[in-house]
Amino acid sequence: MDKLRLKFSKTGRAVYISHLDLMRTMQRVFSRGGVPLKYSEGFNPHAKISIILPLTVGTASLCEYMDFALTEDRDLAALPSELNPYMPEGIKALEAYQAPCKGAELRWLRLNGVMKGGKDAACYADFFAQSSILVQHRAKRGVRTDDIAPSIRLARFTDTAEGVEAELILHAQEPTVSPELMMAALGEDAPAYFRFTRLEAYKEDMRPFR
Amino acid sequence: MNEKIDALLRQVQRPARYVGGEYNQIVKDKSRVDVRVAFCFPDTYEIGMSNLGMKILYGIMNDMPGVWCERVFAPWGDMADRLRAEHIPLWALESGDPLGEFDVIAVSIGYEMAYTTVLDMLDLGGIPLRAADRPGLKHLVMAGGGCMCNIEPMADFFDLCFLGEGEDLDREVLELYRTAKRENWDKARFLRAAASIEGVYVPSLYDVAYNADGTVASVTGSDGAPEKVRKRIVEDFDGCYYPTAPVVPSTEIVHDRVSLEVFRGCIRGCRFCQAGHTNRPVRSRSAGTLLRLGKETLENTGYQELNLSSLSTSDYRDLSALCDGLLDYCRPRGVSLSLPSLRADNFSMDIMQRVQQVRKSGLTFAPEAGTQRLRDVINKNVTEEDLLNSCRVAFQGGWNGVKLYFMLGLPTETDEDVLGIAELARKVYWTWKQHAANKARGVRITVSTSEFIPKPHTPFQWEAQVSREEYLRRVRLLADALARTKAVTYNWHDAEMSYVEAALSRGDRRMSAVIEEVWRQGGRLESWSEYFSLDRWLAAFPACGLDMDFYATRERPLDEVLPWEHMDCAVSRRHLERERARAYEGVLTPDCRAGCSGCGASSLLREGVCRG
Repeated sequence: MDKLRLKFSKTGRAVYISHLDLMRTMQRVFSRGGVPLKYSEGFNPHAKISIILPLTVGTASLCEYMDFALTEDRDLAALPSELNPYMPEGIKALEAYQAPCKGAELRWLRLNGVMKGGKDAACYADFFAQSSILVQHRAKRGVRTDDIAPSIRLARFTDTAEGVEAELILHAQEPTVSPELMMAALGEDAPAYFRFTRLEAYKEDMRPFR
Repeated sequence: MNEKIDALLRQVQRPARYVGGEYNQIVKDKSRVDVRVAFCFPDTYEIGMSNLGMKILYGIMNDMPGVWCERVFAPWGDMADRLRAEHIPLWALESGDPLGEFDVIAVSIGYEMAYTTVLDMLDLGGIPLRAADRPGLKHLVMAGGGCMCNIEPMADFFDLCFLGEGEDLDREVLELYRTAKRENWDKARFLRAAASIEGVYVPSLYDVAYNADGTVASVTGSDGAPEKVRKRIVEDFDGCYYPTAPVVPSTEIVHDRVSLEVFRGCIRGCRFCQAGHTNRPVRSRSAGTLLRLGKETLENTGYQELNLSSLSTSDYRDLSALCDGLLDYCRPRGVSLSLPSLRADNFSMDIMQRVQQVRKSGLTFAPEAGTQRLRDVINKNVTEEDLLNSCRVAFQGGWNGVKLYFMLGLPTETDEDVLGIAELARKVYWTWKQHAANKARGVRITVSTSEFIPKPHTPFQWEAQVSREEYLRRVRLLADALARTKAVTYNWHDAEMSYVEAALSRGDRRMSAVIEEVWRQGGRLESWSEYFSLDRWLAAFPACGLDMDFYATRERPLDEVLPWEHMDCAVSRRHLERERARAYEGVLTPDCRAGCSGCGASSLLREGVCRG
């Protein structure tokens, strides 16, 4: 079975697992669960799996996607419950299905999070309401300056007892804007501590990505 | 994870190693546990999680109802600095609870350079370093592992030590601890009772007297402690516990695979080798048992590689059948089988060729010495012909890389022996030229040397280590001789660490002060070149009134009382002396199967006969 997609969540202690380690972990989960991943041919065979949008270490997610292929036909609806007993703490398979579109069509992400030790909600709201927000970041060729304002569809902030709660909708691929990049844009006003969770993924036109 | 710790974890390298939560970790209900053990491994997660001994004892202790054993590893420098700066105590991975909440701190030590890391972990956990400063039963610090055959340098820090294999010992001591805790014994009563368990060494029950020249005059046990502590072994190794569902790390570690222990002990009597002498007698698992354990572990872990481990896997009697059986299972599943460095003989090469059909890795041989004369001195039963034959088969079979390991500074070594290494490497190169299947790809021959370190409980325990200057002279001699052969790369290990290791491995308990001083000056994770500093040791020895050369580069006379002689590893002193004499005569001693040399280890077995 080819062109399969697994939606999974990565929360709790699992947020510290890096992208490369997650790939290795997933291979082992499938192997323990007796679900045979398809391997590449050749001298150094590796499992044909690909995680659509690598997650920054420390950020949680309820909407991760991994594309994979199996060597045999399986009941996809049953796959999550077959894999979950073999997951490390904090990773949970939610849904497995034939991928209806390419992973590249994932364009927007909705996130929420909390920011502490910085400014108040109004200050952040004003900052991200600007029509142009220039950020320097390291790219393949030296340092690049980008305007991230067009990539922020929503940036809503609320003051709470816990700190400032944020709700964001950010462009996720080409170009990519992450919460870290947004925090970096704040410069001296950046919060001392922040933590975000990916909630939902969308296509370019904001229809849900599956 | 609370916010303070989350913030910390996001600022350090590879945070996954500090959080636990891996598949197969064991979590128990604290309210139903009466003995909590923090199993501390004095090195990084990546090293500690690769250690089979830790997996075994973690499994055994957690199989005991009411006992919860958790894992603790040494944080890397960035993390250790932050923990100290923010006053966050070191925690155990499973529960996230700080070290101070545990009843027992169990430490596994296989390498002397880990000593300062043990102190660092205790300190990071807020546990007083010295046994004398821990008056109660809580925070009992116990140690086990390969270094226990002379743990005198750490004597001031440990409450009790385990000599030999921990499978039965751990259970017995923890049961005793449970009783002591329930009945409110004081620590002295518990230690006295523990000392009567065979294999338990309670350093505080022994008094060491010294001569005017600094040598040991006597070691005397008190309060009913045995005169000599006798090593424990698991006699029925085939039926012995093996962890078929070990914790599977979620981040890459050093040996990220199933490690199947085929036998314990070693039939070879290499005279420099401590493990070969302290792990006797040989006890094997049957091929059937190993196949079953191997399959089960692969299924429970999802690993894609299985390694057959032991001190000398070529010597496993049913290796051929075992490999065939494992390959039948592994090949169709894309699991690769790997063998550790093999002996350079025809049989091993045949096995290697079959095994490596799945994936080809480099070949490693350890001739240890460059001339036959010196190989006879150290009782390394490998001839030049064996080695070159193996290389020929390898090159014909398509390998184009060979690594050769040697030691410099072995007893009786001359410049001729050193140059013999270069000669041997050149012969390996000629063998490639004559027999290589495909010369277009070139050849990589790597020669590595490390400095010989005389170790307790070996026939060379009385020997002097050569000075660092002399080792480096020999390194240069060899480097010059190898410079003419371009296909050979020469790597040498620094002598600085070997010098410290030589002092520590044959030290006495006065050295506890030195270790503590080095730690106070910042010594930790010293097996890592990033963190090692010879200067700290050079300063600490005189600061504590001791001379490093007294321990490292001094030859001991046979009538000297050695600081570790109250540790009985079952190989008799008579045997060691005899082997030493044979070394100087250049006489080989046959392996255990070819003929018993009466080393004494068979006395550990009920029937008194080794079956090898």
